[in-house]
This record gives sequence, structure tokens and C-alpha cells, in this order.
Amino acid sequence: MIRLEGLTKHYGSFVALDHVSLHVPRGVLYGCLGPNGAGKTTMLRMIAGILRPTDGRVLIGGDDVQEQPIAAKMRLGFIPDRPFVYDKLTGAEFLRFVAGLYGQEGEIVDRRIAELLEVFELSSWKDELIEAYSHGMRQKLIISSALIHRPECIVVDEPMVGLDPKGARLLKDIFRQFVERGGTVMMSTHTLEVAEAMCDQIGIIQHGKIVAHGTMAEIRRQHAAGEASLEELFLKLTGGHAVRELVEVLGR
Amino acid sequence: MMQPSLRHVLLPKWRTARQRMRESRESGGGKLAILLIVGSVFWAGVYGVLYLILRYIRGVEEVGPLLASKILGVSLLTFVSILILSNVITALSSFFLAKDLDLLVAAPVDWLRLYFAKLGETLVHSSWMVALMSVPILAAYGVVFHGGLLFIPYAVAVFVPLLVLPAVFGTALTLILVNIFPARRTRDLLSIIALGAAGGVILLFRIIRPEQLARPEGFRTLLDFIAVLRTPTSPFLPSEWAANALMSFLRGSVDPLPLLLLWTTAAAFVTLGALLHQRLFTTGFTKAQEGAERFVRGVFWRRTVGAALFPLTVSKREFVIKDIKLFFRDTTQWSQLILLAVLVVVYLFNIQALPLHRGEPVGFFYVTLVSFLNLGLAGFVLASIAARFIFPAVSLEGRQMWLLRSSPLDLRALLWSKYWVGTVPLLGLALLLTGLTNVLLQASTFMMIVSMATICALTFAIAALALGYGALYPQFETENAAQIPTSFGGLVFMMTTIGLLAAVVVSLWQAVHTYVRAVYDGQPVVIDVWMVLWFGVAAVLCILATVIPLRVGLKKMESFEF
Repeated sequence: MIRLEGLTKHYGSFVALDHVSLHVPRGVLYGCLGPNGAGKTTMLRMIAGILRPTDGRVLIGGDDVQEQPIAAKMRLGFIPDRPFVYDKLTGAEFLRFVAGLYGQEGEIVDRRIAELLEVFELSSWKDELIEAYSHGMRQKLIISSALIHRPECIVVDEPMVGLDPKGARLLKDIFRQFVERGGTVMMSTHTLEVAEAMCDQIGIIQHGKIVAHGTMAEIRRQHAAGEASLEELFLKLTGGHAVRELVEVLGR
Repeated sequence: MMQPSLRHVLLPKWRTARQRMRESRESGGGKLAILLIVGSVFWAGVYGVLYLILRYIRGVEEVGPLLASKILGVSLLTFVSILILSNVITALSSFFLAKDLDLLVAAPVDWLRLYFAKLGETLVHSSWMVALMSVPILAAYGVVFHGGLLFIPYAVAVFVPLLVLPAVFGTALTLILVNIFPARRTRDLLSIIALGAAGGVILLFRIIRPEQLARPEGFRTLLDFIAVLRTPTSPFLPSEWAANALMSFLRGSVDPLPLLLLWTTAAAFVTLGALLHQRLFTTGFTKAQEGAERFVRGVFWRRTVGAALFPLTVSKREFVIKDIKLFFRDTTQWSQLILLAVLVVVYLFNIQALPLHRGEPVGFFYVTLVSFLNLGLAGFVLASIAARFIFPAVSLEGRQMWLLRSSPLDLRALLWSKYWVGTVPLLGLALLLTGLTNVLLQASTFMMIVSMATICALTFAIAALALGYGALYPQFETENAAQIPTSFGGLVFMMTTIGLLAAVVVSLWQAVHTYVRAVYDGQPVVIDVWMVLWFGVAAVLCILATVIPLRVGLKKMESFEF
């Protein structure tokens, strides 16, 4: 469903992503892990068509995001890490606007809006301007907006940030059901427990390259890690010694 | 505990500004080149016109220097009025809404350093354009009145306190307002008050009728006229002190009192401003943090505009409705309409006040000339409005660009929506201004047709230029939409538009001149090749100024990365 071919992004002389190739099939929840600045957000934003790759391409359901952007983006729902939305629209108006961007309108959209707001417990806020929403409520609204056009795949950057425990649990359930119905989710997260519990496949990114990729069992096998937890694997692959040094420095 | 120095507090802003300059240099220096070329042409234009006026005035005995002083006083008063308004709006952002405030207020930075840092920031943001504008004006005065090289540091010494005073005044006014009004509506109320005040100033200025000075025949004797010129507009206005200080230097008899008044008043203002800040800032800052809350059921626009745009695609329709809703719900945006309404009234009042149809019948030539020149003036008004409302359109999408770029929305549709949402009301205003003016002037049918057609073409071009420049120089990080037009891009847009207006007016004059001459000589008006050619040149200029900016803007938008 999501295919990356030699995806590369340079910011001046800095290489944010370095020839990453990857295939995430239908019905898979894929987790991208990596330290800060590893290139996760850059990769997700290129998949969503927000950033233009320096080299390589992104295919969504066979459509190139740069060459056939409309077809590719129709299949996609994107949830950014920072919930910037139009403060002077109400929640319901924002969702109607997003549906319009995907060419949808009418009663079907109204019903879908009501459904989503109900699921995310925003119904009583639907006619309230977004400027009055809390960070978590905005995040819920953006998640709703990514689902409004019934996408085939969802790309999500740090989905749990700002959500209360109930919201986080709800999102996990939604993603799980979405994947079970044949959808694809690609998400980045720093919460290793979430990744370990939710993801079917995991990719660990370091310095713009995928240093490990596959199911938990496959990654353990590849790196002869026995029964190591994801945290131990992560630290091993991304420089755990630095963490140990840091702990020593802070402990002094 | 050791306090961080003021320099340290200001360091991030300074580094950001330097980095922006470096980035613009690294991106090929195009921005710098545009600024230098357009800026130089604009400066040269202002300098040239004022030089000619002042040289003429200087030659008039007795009245000359007095009139020059009066013009300077009125110019400086206008500057101070603009600065107060600009400082009120900027201070709201820098003292209460800026992103760095959380960090600064939470850090062990004392109130005085915070005040100076933010006052400095407000002053620079709101005053740089006025400061730049004053350079050719003061240069013309210096050259015509032989001020010499010493006039440069002297003018700087006069101008600095003149910039500080409105900055302190505007900041203090904002501080008080934020403390008085309910926090949730502060920003809304402030916008209305600031713009209402600006409207009041403009109306007041209009009612004083400074044009009387330009019609000495209205005074019984020359002595009456000189008496009016000698009377200061108000002895308590800092602009008057500045004008006196500068003119006394230029006359060769330096009077230290006005300069002393400026500096001591500025110092007193800063001190009082700091004390006010110490007392009121914390409460005001806390109030400004409280979120707004409003319950809205916005079906009006969907039922009206939405229904009218039914033939369009859903995405275009939703985009237009969204833009209109955002505009009318953001008080900092719609309240500018108050100012606009005042400007239109003043504009029409001015035309009506022209002594063209009083007493004996006025020549056909003058009516045609005024009707024709009015095109340029109306164009300038439209450009100012486009700078306020259309230029920020792309910048205001900045934070939501993730949504637009990740959706299947074609950027051409986005640009299309922005263009027409801005152009349609602008066109309505343009036709109203030009049509009513021509009716008031009793212009001929020929001039009416030429004016209406030209102003239509100019409106399309001005709107495209505003949108194009807005995309070329976006301000995604701005915290206040009202500041966007005063950015570098806004300045370049205004200067380019003035260039376009001049080019179109000059081209059309060739055609209109043929018509005027034919009527004057009592010959039948024949639309010949020459006339058609110049109309064609004006049309091509407008078409190019419409198409090129939109294309460049679209290309730039396609390259945006977030």
C-alpha cells in the first residue's frame, strides 16, 4: 500500500533521509521509531506530499505522490504532530471543510461528522470555535478529519501526544480496527510500549537510514537479541551507550 | 542573582534577523536586489517630487520657508499618527501574544529588562517603514535648504525621540486596554478602538481642511495667510517640535529648545512607561492568556455564498466559504473595514471639495485631467487595501498548510479561491470609487468608459500582484495578521504597484491627450491607431501584471515545504 523507493531528503548539506526503501502492505500497522532528528517526521511528511523529496519516490496504492498527487492523496489521511487548525472555525465546520477538500459533501458528510464527533466525545463542542479547544481536543479533531473521507491508509506523526488515557486507548482501538478491515497505518512514536503493543511491523531510523525493519521477532533474530524488549533493542541500535553516559553525567 | 543583560534577552531576535538576512543572501540575493532596485526607484521618486516642490516653494519670498515648515509639520504629524496606530497593534503582539513570552516571563528576567527588550522590538517592527520613508523627505529638505552634511546626524537626533514617543505611548495604551477590558475580548476590542481612533484622526485631519493653505486666494490678505502659516498646528505636538528643530537648523539659526523638548519628553515617557509596565504588565499578561470562547452556528454564509457558488466544485466552494468565515470572525481583519469606510468617505469628500464646479464653469481640460489623475489615486487606494486584505492571504494559510498539501486540493484551486475572494469586493469598491468620482466631477462619457475599463483592469492586476507577492514573501510565523502588510514583501508589493500605476497612467495619457486635444480644437473625436496602440499598451501591462504574479505565486506555493 505504501511503497518508498530510494527516498532521500537533503536540507542544504544536511541529509535528513538517505535512500530509504520500504514497503508497507495492506492490513499492517507500521511503527517508525528513532531518536529525535533521525528523519521520521521528514519521511512521514514526504509520504503525505507536504515535503518534496530530493530523490526517490513515494507510491500510495500504486500512485506516485508527486506525479499523481490527487489520486494518491485521495487514499490518504494525515495526522501531524502539531495540531494547527483554523481557530476561527467550529469543529463541525472544520470537518465539513476537510470533507470538501476530498470532494465530499451533503448528508453523508453530515452523518459522518456527527459519528466522528460522537466517537471522540466532541459532540457538545461541535459549534464551538476551535480556539476554545484544548490541545487534546484539537488532536482528536485532527484525527477525525483524517478519517472523514474514509481513507485507505493513515500516516500519523506522534499520535498519542496530548491525548488523555481514554483518548489514547480509543485511538489504539480505532487503528487496530482500521487495520483489521484492510487499512494501513504508518505511525511514528517515541512511546516504545505503544509501538510494541500495537505495531505489526517496526522500522528503526537512525541518521536518516532504516537500521532495522520487520516484526519484533524478525528484528530480534536479525540482531541476535534473544528475548530483548523493544526498549533494549532500540537503545542497542541507536546508541544506548550515549544514554548510559548521560545517566552517569546526570547522576554526578 | 546576576540578571541576564538586555543584550542577552534581545540576542535571539537579533540572531533570527541576521539569519533571515543570510538566508536571503544565500538564496541568490534576489530579494536584496529587488529591494535595492525597487527601493531606490521609490526613494528617487519621492525625493525628486519633493525636491521640485520645495525648490519652487523656497523661491517664494516670505511665505516659502513657512510653507515648507508647515508641510514638514503636517508630514511628521501624519507619521506620528501612523506610528501610534502601528505601535498599538504591534505592542499587543510583542508584549502579550509573542511566542517567546512564556520563556522570558518564566525566566529570571526582571521587569525593566523585559520592558526595554519588548519596547525595542515594538519600536523596530512598527517604525522601520516610516523611518525609511522619511529618508528621501529629509534628504530633499536638506539639499534644497543647504543643510550640509551636519544635517544628517542632526536629523537622526531629531528623529530618534520622535520614533520613541509613539512607541512608548502606543505600548502604554495597549497595556492599559489589556488591563481594562475583559480578557477574552481584549484583542477584538483593541482592534476596533485602534482603527476607530485612526478613522477619527483621518476624519479630523480632513475637517481641518489643510487644502485651504494651498488656496491663498481664500484669505483676505497675504498677512492673514502668513499668520496662519506662522501659527503652530499645536505647540504641544512632538511633530511640531521636530519640524521646528529641523527648520531652525535649515534656516541657519539652531534653536536648541525643540530638540531638548523632544529628548526630555521621550525620556520622561520611557520612565513613565516603564513604571506603568511594572504595575500593570503581570495582570495584563495573565488576562491575555485566558482563552476565547464562542458559540457559533454559521449557516448564513453557507446559505448565501455557498448557494451562489453552487456550480463550482465542492473544494473551491468550501474554500471560499471558509475564507469568508475566517475573515468576518477575526476582528483584527474585519475591523479594518472601518478604516476603509472612513478612507472612502474622505476620498469622495476630497473630490467633492475640489474647487472645480464653483462659480464660473471650469474648463473641460481640468475635469478630464482630474478624472484621469484620479485613476492613479484610486489605484493607490486599491493597492493599500489589497496590501491589507489580499497580500496576507497566503501567509494566513501557513500553519494549516499541512492540511492543504496532504489533501487532494489542487494548489491552483487554492490560488483561484484566494484571488476571487479578494478581487470581487475590491472590484466593487474600485467601480464605486471611480464611478462616483466621475459623477461628482461631471466627467464626459468617454472618460467614464476609459476610467471604468482601466480601473477594472488595474484591480485584476493589483489583486494578482498582492497575491503573488504574498506567496513570494510569506510570513508564516507572524503572530498578528495586521503586521503582514508592513513586512518586506508588503513594501515591495506597494512599490511595484506604484510603478505599474505610473506606467499605465503614462500610457493612457498618450491616448487621452489625443482625445482632449480633439475636443479642445473642436474637432470630432476619432479613435485612431495611435490611441488604440496606447490603450493596447495599458491593457498589455495590466494583463502581464495579472498573469505573471499569479504564475510566480503558484510556482512558489508548489515549492513550500513545512
